[in-house]
Amino acid sequence: MTLDLGKDLLGLEHLSPEQIQRILDTAEPFKEVSERAIKKVPALRGKTIVNLFFESSTRTRISFEFAEKRLSADTVNVAVAGSSVSKGETLVDTARNLEAMRIDMVVIRHQSSGAARFLAERIQSNVINAGDGKHEHPTQGLLDLLTIRDKKGAIAGQRVCICGDILHSRVARSNIWGLLKLGAEVAVCGPCSLLPRGIEDLGVRVFRRIEEAIEWATVLNVLRLQLERMNAGFIPSLREYYRVFGVTMERLEHAPGELLIMHPGPMNRGVEIDSRVADGPHSVILHQVTNGVAIRMAVLYLLAGGRPELAESAKRAREGAE
Amino acid sequence: MKPVVLRGGRVIDPSRGFDEVADVVIQEGRVAGIGRNQGVPDGAEVLDAGGLIVAPGLVDVHTHLREPGQEDRETIASGATAAAAGGFTAVCAMPNTDPPIDNQSAVGFVVKQAATAGQARVYPIGAITLGQKGEQLAEFGELVGAGAVAVSDDGHPVVSGQIMRTALEYARTFGIPVADHCEEPTLAQGGVMHEGLVSTRLGLKGIPSVAEEIMVARNILLAGHTGGHIHLCHMSTRGSVDLIRRAKDAALPVTAEACPHHFSLTDDACDGYNTNAKMNPPLRQAEDVAAIQAGLKDGTIDAIATDHAPHHYDAKEREFDDAPFGIVGLETALGLGLRVLVEGGHLSLPDLMLRMSTMPARLFHLPGGTLAVGQAADVVVFDPTARWTVDATRFRSKSRNTPFAGWELVGRVVRTLVGGRTVFSG
Repeated sequence: MTLDLGKDLLGLEHLSPEQIQRILDTAEPFKEVSERAIKKVPALRGKTIVNLFFESSTRTRISFEFAEKRLSADTVNVAVAGSSVSKGETLVDTARNLEAMRIDMVVIRHQSSGAARFLAERIQSNVINAGDGKHEHPTQGLLDLLTIRDKKGAIAGQRVCICGDILHSRVARSNIWGLLKLGAEVAVCGPCSLLPRGIEDLGVRVFRRIEEAIEWATVLNVLRLQLERMNAGFIPSLREYYRVFGVTMERLEHAPGELLIMHPGPMNRGVEIDSRVADGPHSVILHQVTNGVAIRMAVLYLLAGGRPELAESAKRAREGAE
Repeated sequence: MKPVVLRGGRVIDPSRGFDEVADVVIQEGRVAGIGRNQGVPDGAEVLDAGGLIVAPGLVDVHTHLREPGQEDRETIASGATAAAAGGFTAVCAMPNTDPPIDNQSAVGFVVKQAATAGQARVYPIGAITLGQKGEQLAEFGELVGAGAVAVSDDGHPVVSGQIMRTALEYARTFGIPVADHCEEPTLAQGGVMHEGLVSTRLGLKGIPSVAEEIMVARNILLAGHTGGHIHLCHMSTRGSVDLIRRAKDAALPVTAEACPHHFSLTDDACDGYNTNAKMNPPLRQAEDVAAIQAGLKDGTIDAIATDHAPHHYDAKEREFDDAPFGIVGLETALGLGLRVLVEGGHLSLPDLMLRMSTMPARLFHLPGGTLAVGQAADVVVFDPTARWTVDATRFRSKSRNTPFAGWELVGRVVRTLVGGRTVFSG
């Protein structure tokens, strides 16, 4: 089993447990970089990276940009508004143009599932999927894994329930693959109209009632409910959603043990999650954001050919010198 | 025209239950005699067909030839040439061109282009409604007068029950089938592949099987109510096959076709976001493929049709969501039938010829599908054992969009004759 990630990071479905573990382990020393006064290491000096965002994003884009800059890469942000179908050039032409500029890496966010893979198959540069349609969002899945590991000590044996709109969620898919590979038990909970067909066949349990999920889980990962889902008729109203599926303080009182509350953001307070929960003692939502930078540094570093075992020893040598 | 003698082949004519080693003599463009030791007319070309199959030319009731309007994908001439290379002597051209074939002069244009091409015969299918908009019936009488053999709004389902009812009733006047693309649009909206585990994994919006089955059920009920002949296009699900079987048990005027890709592939082919596996109806699951194969065997599905749908390579070279539906099929249909259905033990060779030639001709009341003496000599000669590998760059079609590239198929077309004239020689 190779530990090498290969050219691209397109999703967690096709990674081995060892590869995922390696990314998480590589992120550990990078956490410390962000805590320094001078938040910069020279690992990617001279590398050029394009952040190609076909869909609006604040958190993910900024997190990638910080990760790139803290590794000393040169970065360019490209925000392409609207669908590539309706206007502008095709994705294959965009890919060829980027290639012609001799860039090293592309971070792509796109509204169509499979777009990251499409790009990766057509250019020599490394491609990192920053979210493709309803398919995967691997760095989010990884940072969620790292957060669980930080807070619970291990991922294996945890019971993680992903709550909300599973049907349209790339975060859910990446989490399911990553958690299962690392030995967690996984469940999903949400209205049946927002659960995809065949989800049980992926090896996850399904809870229809949030109360049951809370009773079962050691970790709740609460997904954002896109407001447009109501307009599209998947659920009748946000009000009822909160009443039936909202993660509230009252409901958490029935949790048998210490329950970790996660959310990939951005939150709809009072829709999927009670503000008192989001801001409460069990919430690790901001820790996820902090870990996001470290995970993305690790991914960029590994894909660029970095060897963390050397980095670790370099770090120890430096600490020894200090 | 020079006479032709196809000597010593295995002659399979499902129209008469004929299956013997024999000579076929063709004179004046017609079948002049079949039997052992037929004489050779003066000046005849003699083709040694020993070890080969001689059968009525294949007939495809469902192709998209793209002309007028999308000639960069296919023309009537290139499509009819691809058909001949695939062993087809006649194809029916769907009317979803630009502009659509919804009036007599447009039908006349297709007939004229086909005659100029002089390849496989091309029979136009007229639109059910003007502009295929599903609102106002096209003039079926004039369409038929100009040469249309059926009506269809294929590509678009006929959503309105009232329009479909009237179309079935009005089509009875002219004795033509109404061919429908069965899809309940609100259930299928935005879908790009079959809804199931694979679509869940890939994060692609699914088209559920029931979107097809609901319309199949509606159409069957309307055919029963009106007595009009409904022909159900490209059936893809087990549920549809079950519904049709019950309709046939009740002797309703219902016929159905299935495509080679639906008896050969499952939705697994979409993995990796392969846009050449994107078609509508979508590739379904193993149980559906098995049901289509069983339906072809027991006659629930009357005919094999290709749904040949050429697209420019640019159009398929994009995100899965944005790529168009459809694949080319004329040059792989016979090979898939022999490989998957005959070698797979689902159909005998005569039954495959029945589903690819005799039945489709019969459903749409076309000449052909027979080698009866006196009939036009539309004939295919093929080697049923030759194996070949699909190389899309060698297609006669202008388009290359096939999920079967690199597949090893069975059966090489040696000769295709239309009206006794050789249009393809391989």
